[in-house]
Amino acid sequence: MPRFMYAIFAVVAFALPGRAADVTTFTLDNGMDVVVLEDHRAAVVVHMVWYRVGAADEPPGKSGIAHFLEHLLFKGTDDLGPGELSATVTKNGGSDNAFTSQDYTAYFQRIASDRLELVMTMEADRMRDLEMTQDDVITERQVVLEERGTRVDSDPGSLFREQRNAAQYLNHPYGIPVIGWRHEMEQLNRDDAFDFYQRYYAPNNAILIVAGDVEPAEVRALAEKHYGPLEPTANLPERLRPQDPPHLSERRLSLTDARIAQPFVTRSYRAPERDSGDQFQAAKLVMLAEVLGGSAATSVLGQKLQFETEQAIFTSASYSGVSLDDTTFGLVIAPTPALSLAQAEAALDNAVAEFLEEGVDADQFESIKMQLRASLIYGEDNISAQANRYGAALTSGLTIADIQAWPDLLQTVTADDVLQAAHEIFNKDNAVTGWAKPAETAEVQQ
Amino acid sequence: MKKLVILIVLTMAFSTPVRAAVEVQELTSPGGINAWLVEERSIPFIALEIRFRGGSALDEPGKRGAISLMMATLEEGAAELDSQGFAAAREALAASFRFNVYDDVTTISARFLTENRDAAVALLKTALLEPRFDQVAIDRVRAQVLSIIKSDATDPSDIAGTNFDQLAWGDHPYASSRNGTLETVQGLSRQDMVDARARVFAQDQMYVSAVGDISAQELGLLLDELLGGLPQTGGPLAKTANYQLTSGTTVIPFDTPQSVALFGHQGIKRDDPDYMAAYVLNEVFGGGGFESRLMTEVREKRGLTYGVGTSLVPMDYGELILGQVRSDNASMAESIAVIRDEWAKIGETGLTAQELQDAKTYLTGAYALRFDGNAPIARIMVGMQMIGLPVDYIRTRNDLINALTLAEINRVARRIYQPENLHFVVVGQPDGVETGN
Repeated sequence: MPRFMYAIFAVVAFALPGRAADVTTFTLDNGMDVVVLEDHRAAVVVHMVWYRVGAADEPPGKSGIAHFLEHLLFKGTDDLGPGELSATVTKNGGSDNAFTSQDYTAYFQRIASDRLELVMTMEADRMRDLEMTQDDVITERQVVLEERGTRVDSDPGSLFREQRNAAQYLNHPYGIPVIGWRHEMEQLNRDDAFDFYQRYYAPNNAILIVAGDVEPAEVRALAEKHYGPLEPTANLPERLRPQDPPHLSERRLSLTDARIAQPFVTRSYRAPERDSGDQFQAAKLVMLAEVLGGSAATSVLGQKLQFETEQAIFTSASYSGVSLDDTTFGLVIAPTPALSLAQAEAALDNAVAEFLEEGVDADQFESIKMQLRASLIYGEDNISAQANRYGAALTSGLTIADIQAWPDLLQTVTADDVLQAAHEIFNKDNAVTGWAKPAETAEVQQ
Repeated sequence: MKKLVILIVLTMAFSTPVRAAVEVQELTSPGGINAWLVEERSIPFIALEIRFRGGSALDEPGKRGAISLMMATLEEGAAELDSQGFAAAREALAASFRFNVYDDVTTISARFLTENRDAAVALLKTALLEPRFDQVAIDRVRAQVLSIIKSDATDPSDIAGTNFDQLAWGDHPYASSRNGTLETVQGLSRQDMVDARARVFAQDQMYVSAVGDISAQELGLLLDELLGGLPQTGGPLAKTANYQLTSGTTVIPFDTPQSVALFGHQGIKRDDPDYMAAYVLNEVFGGGGFESRLMTEVREKRGLTYGVGTSLVPMDYGELILGQVRSDNASMAESIAVIRDEWAKIGETGLTAQELQDAKTYLTGAYALRFDGNAPIARIMVGMQMIGLPVDYIRTRNDLINALTLAEINRVARRIYQPENLHFVVVGQPDGVETGN
């Protein structure tokens, strides 16, 4: 199903990039950045174009246009009929898709490496020459509304996430869902899509990533031939989104829905993201998330709440630093039936407070670092995942140097660093607390 | 949607390699364990895939969910280590062990670094041979399973799957979730875990493959060490399931803005001579791509859904051709009408010559792309063994597809698409859709 998965990559972005030795980068004269990741074990290539534009760059009132446009990119160009790009990839034994996040929009094909030029020709064509009929736009708008129905409206967990996210950001557009609010999606039209397209879909706003069985010189020649002639957008706006003011007040939400069977409590704290040349704070938070919630049996929350007190069925701590602007650090507890949500929240807070007193277990910390080092080795087996990591980082304000420094940076974090980061991050004034409740539970909030 | 999970396992078995280095070695260990190996030395780790024929369908009457709970508890303490001790030991080795159960197969997927190979194998061996099944661990995992069962009961997609299975398979284990019910799972004891393990783990039902940084000789010794202590035979195999559903529509009322429908009828066995033709037909009709007939008609032309697809589901004791679609309550009736029309159409007229040609080009080109990583290749190889395909199939599979003729395809289309037997199970509040025949 194309044109989906907008939120998935943020979650896995924690995994580490692999060997730096196989990475080649260069920039075309029109400003298009190119990254080549070599893996010659199989005659397969992943060809991706990442645009430095996502849902958080949308004009006010047009929520969902970035993702809607992503769907419309499959509707044809001056040279390609509707659906012809995907059909051509399929006929050649490949697969293709696209995805949109708050910070990026990406298109990819995976195909035998001797077909690289074929997919590059078509991808370059749709960067500047998109065409679509009014009928295509109306039908595809129904598809994205159905997509919202499937991904969000049918799933109380997603609905709740959307509400909590809206409360998390006071002014920043990260509070608006990538897929869009339904009432605004219903009004999106062909002009909205073209305005957005013409401004942002340009070589000087794009990153080409080619990963697999390719030689950098061959990629350079093909890229110069197919992407090189494309006109850049003049005066491309800097990516400055409205920023949040200081958060002075804790926010609390609860959602009651008959479709929720397992109640749970979430807490998400405002957190810094990885900044270019300044990633250490984010590295500390990655390690904090691992220490608190990385493994059910050995993490702090798992040990305390699932094993010692047996108050929880599930706990987690999560943080992804790959983001253009400030992000969040999240905690979750799904309690056993014996606990109310108020008790569950208290148990979670208590576990965190104990951790701040007790500090980091040295053996656990060393084990986490060992596993991170091992993940570099395992990661070499999946070139597509590496390509995704490069694309997400490069469209979120990071550089190749940042990406390559990151694994070593994680290894330099100390237990004291983790504790210090914990003291800084756990400030409820910056936080949103959510209670998700089945319909029959009549519980009074604290 | 458990049936679709199985499908993924089975389709993996069709893969073919593009990798220059995909050279499959068949080996027998000194202790008599057969395995397939691809030696891949460029990255210092090993992916090991072990499967036992017989999955949750082996649950005894009244013990539904026992095998699933047993597999989920294997890692929760073994030999001298309790649950947390086992996890700490595995994490310190940066190894991963995954235990899964499907209708007809239980799987163990292990991944470990070359430098930690012996220690990782020794640890995994304790989980297979000396699981503790501590009562406290069983109860903790049970609470998680009960939570999942309750959540499934309020998820429209799971409700549709459960109802379709129940209507299709009557009193066979296929008719219910492999997780079990609230009642059966609450009743499971430690002895049930011990019994379930004895039913499943047997060398005469075992299939093994490995990909990575290891030689055939080293692998043989590793397998004897890891698996040689398992019993030769296990419990009785499952019984054949009788498909019981007839044409019609079943509406399960549920308060949700978008309905979910599962639809299908009896399918085709994996070892049927027409299976490959049916596979190609399904690819064109409702397979993975955007170009399938159903995606074109329901999504691209009419905007009635975000996704619609069909699968062949050839289980060991019964088989389905099964599809799923989600559509707003207001548009589900139209989606169903379009799918019924398409179902009848392909049954009557089959494919066009162009569709068959395009499908052949796609399927033969895409086969190689499945061999992308050590763990995927290990899964493909073990799947082939379970179906009974020779190593050589990797080379001949595309020839088999290219050899299919339009006449043959269209004969099989008439056989497998039976609009008169097509049943829809719809969960939601679909306008203008009612239960009936």
